[in-house]
Amino acid sequence: MRLLKVVPANTTIDFVGKRKLAFGFSIILILISVGAFLTQGLNFGIDFRGGILMEIETNGPADIGALRRTLGALGLGEVKVQEFGEPTDVLIRVQQQEGDEDAQLKAITVIKEALGDVVTEYRRTEFVGPTVGAELIKAAIWAVTSALGAILVYIWFRFEWQFGVGAVIALSHDVISTIGLFAVTQLEFNLATVAAVLTIAGYSINDTVVIYDRVREELRRYKKMAIPDLLNLATNRTLSRTFLTSVTTLIALAALASLGGPIIRDFSLAMIWGVVIGTYSSIFVAVPTLLLLNLGRDAFSSGDDAEEGKEADDGSAESSAEDPKDGQGG
Amino acid sequence: MINYPRWAIAITLIVCAWGIVFAAPNFFDEPPGFLPESQVNLGLDLQGGAHLLLEVEIDDVLKASLESIRSQVRRELRRRQPRIGYKSLKVEGNAVVIRGFKSDDIDVARERLRNIDRDAAISVSGGIFRLEFTEQAIIDRRQRAIEQSIEVVRRRVDETGVSEPTIQQQGEQRIIVQMPGIDDPERIKRLLGKTAKLTFHLVNEQASVADANRGIVPSNSMLLYENDGGQRVPYVVLREVVVSGERLVDAQATFQDGQPIVSFRFDAQGGQIFGRVTSENVGTRLAIVLDNEVVSAPNIQSPILGGSGIITGRFAVQETVDLALVLRAGALPAPLHILEERTVGPGLGADSIAAGKIASIVGFTAVVVFMIASYGLFGVMATVALVFNLALILALLSVLGATLTLPGIAGIVLTIGMAVDANVLILERIKEEARNGRSPIAAVDAGYRRALTTIIDSNLTTLIAALLLFNFGTGPIKGFAVTLSMGIVSSMFTALMLTRLLVVIWLRRKRPSKLPI
Repeated sequence: MRLLKVVPANTTIDFVGKRKLAFGFSIILILISVGAFLTQGLNFGIDFRGGILMEIETNGPADIGALRRTLGALGLGEVKVQEFGEPTDVLIRVQQQEGDEDAQLKAITVIKEALGDVVTEYRRTEFVGPTVGAELIKAAIWAVTSALGAILVYIWFRFEWQFGVGAVIALSHDVISTIGLFAVTQLEFNLATVAAVLTIAGYSINDTVVIYDRVREELRRYKKMAIPDLLNLATNRTLSRTFLTSVTTLIALAALASLGGPIIRDFSLAMIWGVVIGTYSSIFVAVPTLLLLNLGRDAFSSGDDAEEGKEADDGSAESSAEDPKDGQGG
Repeated sequence: MINYPRWAIAITLIVCAWGIVFAAPNFFDEPPGFLPESQVNLGLDLQGGAHLLLEVEIDDVLKASLESIRSQVRRELRRRQPRIGYKSLKVEGNAVVIRGFKSDDIDVARERLRNIDRDAAISVSGGIFRLEFTEQAIIDRRQRAIEQSIEVVRRRVDETGVSEPTIQQQGEQRIIVQMPGIDDPERIKRLLGKTAKLTFHLVNEQASVADANRGIVPSNSMLLYENDGGQRVPYVVLREVVVSGERLVDAQATFQDGQPIVSFRFDAQGGQIFGRVTSENVGTRLAIVLDNEVVSAPNIQSPILGGSGIITGRFAVQETVDLALVLRAGALPAPLHILEERTVGPGLGADSIAAGKIASIVGFTAVVVFMIASYGLFGVMATVALVFNLALILALLSVLGATLTLPGIAGIVLTIGMAVDANVLILERIKEEARNGRSPIAAVDAGYRRALTTIIDSNLTTLIAALLLFNFGTGPIKGFAVTLSMGIVSSMFTALMLTRLLVVIWLRRKRPSKLPI
């Protein structure tokens, strides 16, 4: 049987040499993300903002305009009506009502009365009061920061400090740009999105650790190899795995996004973005950052060496890799 | 490598068998007798139902206790001889504070006030007398209030005929109510919104309503209103409670002259008090007060001695049914607020399950095809591992009684993608070692050995993130974290134990000279 080869064996791509390009790209990405976050903000769902969300099924294709007029006349403030998946499926969002929780509940009753016979099923009714919304934000921020912190500590403990810092930089890069994606596209940011962001963090760190593990191994094996060459070697040797795992994960996510129903579509889209950006950042952010942080041997200063490394790469790195004399064991 | 220890083989087989046996019931509507019974609990978002998060206004309970202590203090000091004078008597924080004593009176006062409430500690300093709840007493009272509330909520929900509701405490003063199959919880919300504190008060016929409206109310009375079709009718009623709803043993919705009413019955003691008071006050109005609102205030025409009575008012039929229900179930110790509601109709739940199934099957198939195309025989082994991986997740969910939610399904599908990672790591490593000229057995051996630290490092970091998600997350986040962590653990097991076993068996049987990858 001829097996599929997605990534050829023994690639010798000079990833580290392209770090200036990559850093430039990443910085622009981060700037766009932060800019969009500051100017447009996130489109918070009711989980965080409080308010009412209803998904209804109508008898026959929904007349969105008429629904909008009916609900707009109730004096409940901002009401958004949109089709959701099917033409008979409508999503209604109502802003948080003035007053306490009881005011929100009253609004639900008023809406149900106004909709009357148009609705054949209330598929979803969600209401989050102001108290809970604020708490959920706090819990979400806690979850994200503590996860990042714990990962940093773990990697610090298992590797050198440069790795810990590099991993967290790559991770923050992914988290910020994912939040940026939500700011730019104005997709709804809710509790499920936070779960997505955290999974992206988990995935990205997983990816980074695999390459870092290899860097550590090669550092022990090739005591004399220039650091940029060594980083390239480690990246190239794990490239096939990096790629394969990303592909299988993307396959599963694509299935979720296209077939998993509208509720988890945004979640899946965020995850797809996260896997792509997480894979990119492991190779192009996490690894070159080690170079900037003067990893390992002080004799190898970072920066200018990269250009030489690029030329030497094809030959020396691979030949020494095949040479058992250099090997010191793992 | 080729010597895979017996105990490891045994453990692997036992765990895999366990996974199959405990996952199996989920594929039947009614698991056959020889299989375990527990199936995966579907979350409300999948089976449809209503979720309510309630908050008990616990501070009200403490406030009420303090108010009651305050009025007892007044009675003790004023009514009994010799009278003890003071300047002010107030509730401050968690204490009742009395100022302006004569110092000679302190000992007498202490003696009199000692028995009011055992939980209230008495302290005197600089002429200021304090009755203060101890920390422990406050904690106890709060806990008791929430427990009572849960009990009352449970009774009310049960009375509506909801099957298998889950009612539990969350945090210090919250209650979660989950009701599978309920897609329109309006009535339950209305029922839970009522404190249902029922009291009977004599109307103060001497007091003038007009004065009361200007804010002049006799100190033994209070001003309450009846809601009469949008109009608010004022009543001045005596503060003293003749008898309260705690003494009710039954309440039923019924009709009198075609009007919906609620009939009720008191227990023996309640009936006696009611009889005595109605005998002594014929011709006076008796106000029936529910949650600080007058329901009606009929004239006492004759003594009511049988221990039962009726509540009339401007009721709709449904209102009398609901009122009777909450009276039977008892009053809440404090008002409840609904903080959050999430209701899913049965259609959406079914759609979500169907979508989740299709996504899982398609994702699974695509990943399997890709793995076999990339790794051939080893891809088949990885597929076997993936199947057991899913079985183990299902088994763990069933046995631990965890709840599977829609984000949980997303976690499983993601696991399908990520679970092959450990296998990919190992296989890539084996491939590499083989390319470097090692024999098949040596390559497999080195592949496993070298991939091990990487697998542990990378999975542990993801697991840390997943566990923190579980710890801090709520609702959807939690459901997702559960399946993700189970997926990580089981994928580590299947890659390091099961696929390895398969590879060893294959190596022993075939003794290949070249690896087919």
